Amino acid sequence: MQKLPFERPLVQKISAGLPSKFGIQGKLEPITHIDGIPVNSLIEEFGSPVFVISENTIRKTYKEAYRAFASRYPKVQFAWSYKTNYLNAVCSVFHQEGSWAEVVSGFEYDKAIAIGVEPGHIIFNGPDKTIEDLTKAISQGSLIHIDHFDELYDIIDLADRLEERPQVAIRVNMDTGIYPQWDRFGFNYENGEAWDALNRIMVNGNMDLVGLHTHIGTYMMSTDAYRIAATKLVDLAQGLMRKHKHAISYIDMGGGFASRNTLKGAYYPGSDTTPSFDDFAEAITSAFMKSELKPDDLPLLILETGRALIDDAGYLLGTVIANKRLADGRRSTIIDAGVNLLFTAFWYEHDIRPAKAVSDQTEDSTIYGPLCMNIDVIRGNVLFPLLKKGDHYVIKRIGAYNNTQWLQFITLRPNVVMIDTTGTPHIIRKAETLDSLNQHELTPGHLGQFNV
Amino acid sequence: MEKIKVTIAASGLNNIDSPGPGIPVIRGIRDSKDFDVRIVGLAYENLEPGAYMHELVDKTYKVPYPSEGSDALMERLKVINEQEHIDVLIPNFDSELYTFIKAENTLRDIGIQTFLPTMKQFEERHKSNLPEFGKKYQVKVPFSKPISSVSDIEKLKDDIEYPFVVKGKFYDAYIAQNKEQASMYFNRISAKWGLPIIIQEFIKGTEVNVVALGDGNGRTIGAVPMRKQYITDKGKAWGGITLDDSRMLDLTHHIISQTRWRGGMELELIRTDKNEFYLIEINPRLPAWVYLAVGAGQNLPEALVKLALGLPANPFTNYETGKLFIRYSYDMICNLDEFMKLSTKGEL
Amino acid sequence: MQLKKNIAISDTGFLFDPSTGDSFTLNPMGIEILGMIKEGKSQAEITSHITSMYDVVESAFERYFYDFISMLKHHQIIEGNGEN
Repeated sequence: MQKLPFERPLVQKISAGLPSKFGIQGKLEPITHIDGIPVNSLIEEFGSPVFVISENTIRKTYKEAYRAFASRYPKVQFAWSYKTNYLNAVCSVFHQEGSWAEVVSGFEYDKAIAIGVEPGHIIFNGPDKTIEDLTKAISQGSLIHIDHFDELYDIIDLADRLEERPQVAIRVNMDTGIYPQWDRFGFNYENGEAWDALNRIMVNGNMDLVGLHTHIGTYMMSTDAYRIAATKLVDLAQGLMRKHKHAISYIDMGGGFASRNTLKGAYYPGSDTTPSFDDFAEAITSAFMKSELKPDDLPLLILETGRALIDDAGYLLGTVIANKRLADGRRSTIIDAGVNLLFTAFWYEHDIRPAKAVSDQTEDSTIYGPLCMNIDVIRGNVLFPLLKKGDHYVIKRIGAYNNTQWLQFITLRPNVVMIDTTGTPHIIRKAETLDSLNQHELTPGHLGQFNV
Repeated sequence: MEKIKVTIAASGLNNIDSPGPGIPVIRGIRDSKDFDVRIVGLAYENLEPGAYMHELVDKTYKVPYPSEGSDALMERLKVINEQEHIDVLIPNFDSELYTFIKAENTLRDIGIQTFLPTMKQFEERHKSNLPEFGKKYQVKVPFSKPISSVSDIEKLKDDIEYPFVVKGKFYDAYIAQNKEQASMYFNRISAKWGLPIIIQEFIKGTEVNVVALGDGNGRTIGAVPMRKQYITDKGKAWGGITLDDSRMLDLTHHIISQTRWRGGMELELIRTDKNEFYLIEINPRLPAWVYLAVGAGQNLPEALVKLALGLPANPFTNYETGKLFIRYSYDMICNLDEFMKLSTKGEL
Repeated sequence: MQLKKNIAISDTGFLFDPSTGDSFTLNPMGIEILGMIKEGKSQAEITSHITSMYDVVESAFERYFYDFISMLKHHQIIEGNGEN
């Protein structure tokens, strides 16, 4: 006789009076395949947990973003934000699509050069550029976005010493009606500091002022702030033209576009509220088109968006270690990836799914990572299906920041796999081993022996 | 004339001590002489009283919270619609409006009409956007600033003095006399309604309100001013009286014509000692006290249904002043099997 | 292990405890097992019935069974120590 499918028995209290968090439960659709490859076989081949990046999704998302801007404005250039994900393979996909590189440290700068990015197509941002970094960037003709006056004076010095003309832009911060206002980076627009910096550069005469840059915040849900920012940068550009007869070649609107992840504390899910690339593009380009910029002399529009381009392409796959009951009867599920790998779990309500179809039954659960630390919580409160030990899970939308902010804490970082456009998986970063860490350690000779 | 048969879906059936507008809206529609209505209730909780008020609500379905995502909610509505063939849907919770405004076309595709503000109108009137709203439409508004962290309260000390009002994105407002209270209210409200929290200048005066309906072309279909006569400890009116004040009506007409407001609205105003009006908030829906307007001669819920169906709705020109509403509570007696049906099957 | 007196279970899986006023929902497997507990069946009898009818091995079922019993106890739906 064919046996009936078994489902674990379940009893749940009905919350009667107090508003419960959930009405009718939404069903959590499983993610069984990534780009056509079964989750099970990815884990079998590459271990658990494992990061999986879809090359196809990166290219599709990039093309979508490019189309949104290029269909509204004639001169558009993206620059890949290295800090969001600087695995060489990921950067290379963006460079193949035509992105320049946007870096914020000497390490990232060297990485971009090593991958083979043309130095003139590297944008060097950030408050910490050493003299050594600046020397490299100036002599190779990279685009330096100046963050503060001390840096401006360093560059003036170096231009003299190196007898090179640095290619510079200034970063501008401003009130765009959003809160908090990012005023710690760059020169302020409203108090005239930005204009002072521009005048200083023009008067000096030993630098080429090639652009204007801003980056108004992170995880922006409002497109209007970009319209305001674009309007203010265009205003500065026109001021330069009026006063110095100088035309800049680009305006860099930075990044900060939200992805469709749900921020903690948000009432609606990110998939309902995040503006589309078209929305952002409309806000920014409309400010350009409405300005008095001459149509035959429009500056190049540069975008450095990172998160919105890569988040959807990344998945974290893994295995359930155990289920437990907490003292209050709530269920907890322990999985083999913690906040060490998924740093973004600190601010997102990550979308975690079973890897195969399970029953419709769900239980109010807490999902813990494997670390021996109380803060290792992947989801504090989620209606989750009844996964068993050894079952697989998939966490969606983790491509941004996790492969750069992850921690080597207690355990080693796992394989990162990229599935190419033909559906073939490749390891793009090998799992760390004890050796990969030990090779950076040195033990003084007198500590070499002990008896325990 | 024969009555037109319509099926109306309405949420906000939480007719509790701090009631949602669902039941008052339904009462208005039931009073209609033009419509023969079937009411389909949409409930989020098992104990929303409206679900058990069978003389007002014909059938109730549980639906997922908007915070679950619009896909889940639309799926459920499609299933309900196959059963009920809904003509007009009236969402009555603030927290639902964003989702339903976005879903307007999806709903129309399955034959369900709504009559809601546009997304632009909805976004513009957000508490956090009030200063810009005031500037754009030449309406006096208090200073207000959205904040996203307790530490931001300190940073506002040059802009605003105590006491000030701490408000949630959707609901809740408290008057803070000092920093400790402000932090406490920040935490209390943000835990429930998320961020941002709005810090608003406290305007001394008397709160007065207007319930109104705009046709989306700048015309006011109806407007009734009211003053709360007694307020519960939750800040809700338990009694109120219609007012005869042409300045309040002028302000309402001004806002509706300037914004070309579509749908129901409630204006929260403060009348100062100097007899100036400050706009504190625009709620983008009919309020729970809308039945006072019905009682005073303006059946705004019925007019809203007409507008949603594309039927002619003539503007009201009059209402009775000095009409009162007095809210009371009432214990219904229900059987367990009704609770069981709603909680396990999601239908009653 | 004994079901508390007066507990009513509907065929839709609605369970009402009149002594506390609490109500619960059960999934179909929960209804079936609680039904057997109500009839006074032992754990061994329940296990053999379920494993013969459903696609589950004894060791796996035992784990879910104990978890289920612990939840029933947590909600005070059954009394007794669960060892008999």
